[in-house]
Amino acid sequence: MSIQLVTGNQAAGYALSLAGEANREARGAVCGIYPITPQTEIVERVASFPFTKGRVVPVESEHSAMGVSIGAALGGARAFTASSSNGLAYMTENVMVAGFYRLPIVMVAVNRTLGPPWNIWVDQGDTLMLRDLPWIQLYCETNQEVLDTTLVAFRLAEDRRILLPVMVAMDAFVMSHTTSEASLPAQEQVDRYLPRLELPHRLRHEEPKTIGGLTWPQESAQQRFEIDRAMARVPEVFEECRRSFAEVFERDPGDAIDAYEVEDAEAVLIASGSIATTAREVVRRRRARGERLGLIKAKLYRPFPEAALRNACRSARKLAVLDRNYGAGVGGIFWQDIRGAFQGRRDDLLIQGYLTGLCGGDVTPEIVEEIVSDITVRREPAAPIWLGVETSGEAH
Amino acid sequence: MSILADENLHVPCSDECLLRPGNTNCGGCGMSIGLTLLGRALERAGERCMLVIPACCGIVTAGGYPTTAYGVPVAASTFASAPAFASGLASVRDLNGDDGQVICWAGDGGTYDIGIATLSAAAERNENLIYICYDNEIYGNTGGQRSSATPHGARTTTTPSGKAEGKKDIMSIMAAHGIPYAATLSVAHPDDFARKLETALGLEGTRFLLIHSPCPAGWKSDPADSIELVRIAVASGLFPLYEVWDGTRYRINERPSWIDPGGYFERQGRFPAWQVDLAEVIAGCKARYARLEVLAREFPHRETVSLQDGPGP
Repeated sequence: MSIQLVTGNQAAGYALSLAGEANREARGAVCGIYPITPQTEIVERVASFPFTKGRVVPVESEHSAMGVSIGAALGGARAFTASSSNGLAYMTENVMVAGFYRLPIVMVAVNRTLGPPWNIWVDQGDTLMLRDLPWIQLYCETNQEVLDTTLVAFRLAEDRRILLPVMVAMDAFVMSHTTSEASLPAQEQVDRYLPRLELPHRLRHEEPKTIGGLTWPQESAQQRFEIDRAMARVPEVFEECRRSFAEVFERDPGDAIDAYEVEDAEAVLIASGSIATTAREVVRRRRARGERLGLIKAKLYRPFPEAALRNACRSARKLAVLDRNYGAGVGGIFWQDIRGAFQGRRDDLLIQGYLTGLCGGDVTPEIVEEIVSDITVRREPAAPIWLGVETSGEAH
Repeated sequence: MSILADENLHVPCSDECLLRPGNTNCGGCGMSIGLTLLGRALERAGERCMLVIPACCGIVTAGGYPTTAYGVPVAASTFASAPAFASGLASVRDLNGDDGQVICWAGDGGTYDIGIATLSAAAERNENLIYICYDNEIYGNTGGQRSSATPHGARTTTTPSGKAEGKKDIMSIMAAHGIPYAATLSVAHPDDFARKLETALGLEGTRFLLIHSPCPAGWKSDPADSIELVRIAVASGLFPLYEVWDGTRYRINERPSWIDPGGYFERQGRFPAWQVDLAEVIAGCKARYARLEVLAREFPHRETVSLQDGPGP
């Protein structure tokens, strides 16, 4: 283990490579890779890693990057890739297949604004567009968390009770290209943490089955139901993976939801990604002034940990949801899910959505202060509030 | 010895067939014949295989879950992605030293159209897989729409007055990648068909096989005419049988007898009589064949002479 300065991309590339190498005693590691800003450095790192038993296939599109990873997973290898924004959009058809084939593929996704217009800065609209597919989604706040969560993702995905692919998301540039200190694990530790992958349904000559052929409505619905069952097991299995991570690496890779100062909080901010760091600092300052304010960082988004969230918000009267994403005609996507989590259970709770930092806008402490000021005096919920845009002009 | 007359050929029981009896494919389907011949070639070579099949009649062939008409492992891929899935699968096989071929089995839509970028990329990387396109010149599974493999003049549901454009020359495109082997196959020439499969099975890297595959539903032809139609196509020069090694060395396998291709068009409802200018068709066939002949003469493929067969001291 060593402490080094790394970018989010380097952390992710390192974690993916070590995880792939850790399967060398089993069927090895294979991944399809394709560049897109701002994740390119991840696949560059993977491509230059000296795998003992692995192959990195540089393909012609994101669609094929996931396609190669799917084929590799069907063959029993540990498979992974990385992408971002329009790349994820182009990949989507095969992203779907990885989930429906119950393949434990891990993908690091760097959240970047979907175009057009052309914009390479952070926005979660890309991964959230994929939220209804059979993938687990984890959103990270720091580079260390990206590294750790990527390793946890393999253990979670490959657990027999789960067998679902996992997307590990981080913010474009704010994390992907920003260095911070991180503790880099040794291969030996990762070998101890990640067991050999033995995919129960991999293709074998002895077993002439057709994967993905025609099914009838009831069987397809049954498949969805089985996925739902696996999703329901995620919070518990994730917690196990988190604990065993702490045993091997001697640090916490992060809870499904991270609650800060919520015990007696009247108003709770809910944020994800690097915004959580800024929001935590604002909460700390306001707490020092005696304000009963708390913060929840949403890390596990699919499946959405509703019970844990409700539990953490027991004392809250108001929730301010900060969304760096926009669902057209709806508002913030986290806000939408959070309203669903409390619906019919906490009718006293005021849940207000704030759209902030969209398409790469900075979310400064001042902006979070503005949100805190609003939620503190707010008596009625309103339509999602847009920050950082001109709202007074004529609509087009 | 002809593959059809080989008495030593093991007759497999249903579980050992690549394409099992009782499948629901159409009568006169060229793809079904192709799968059967592929199964026999594998049997002969003592090889196993895994199939990757994109959206096409070939995946419908499997039938409804949990049964399958395939006696080998099959992975359904997305329409454009068979060569990508197969690249991953073949990579894992090679990393682990497993035996068996990874074979993509795809229609012309998945090959000439939506999958061409994926196929081109796999060929450019010289992935260790066999790609077989059963070309019935139409989107058959969706009820008969034009593809870029549909020949000039053919009526489809999306070219109701006949296709204005000609057929894409996929063989030249694939050969231009410099892949170890590319060949055209006809189900009317089973021995040539079997020999080419054998050749492909004996090589490594990307091997591309193009089967002219009759489709009575799409061609609006009598299922009993299927073999005869593709036989005419070879004899009249419409579908020359040839092979290309490394994109540079050519061999023609069957010289056309230049019979009148009229019967080919008359016996298929997809060609309205007024759409086909036979003189123009014949001139086109002759021109394409003349080019092929020059290539085969100037850049011939010669079988590698093994040490045992080599000249004595």
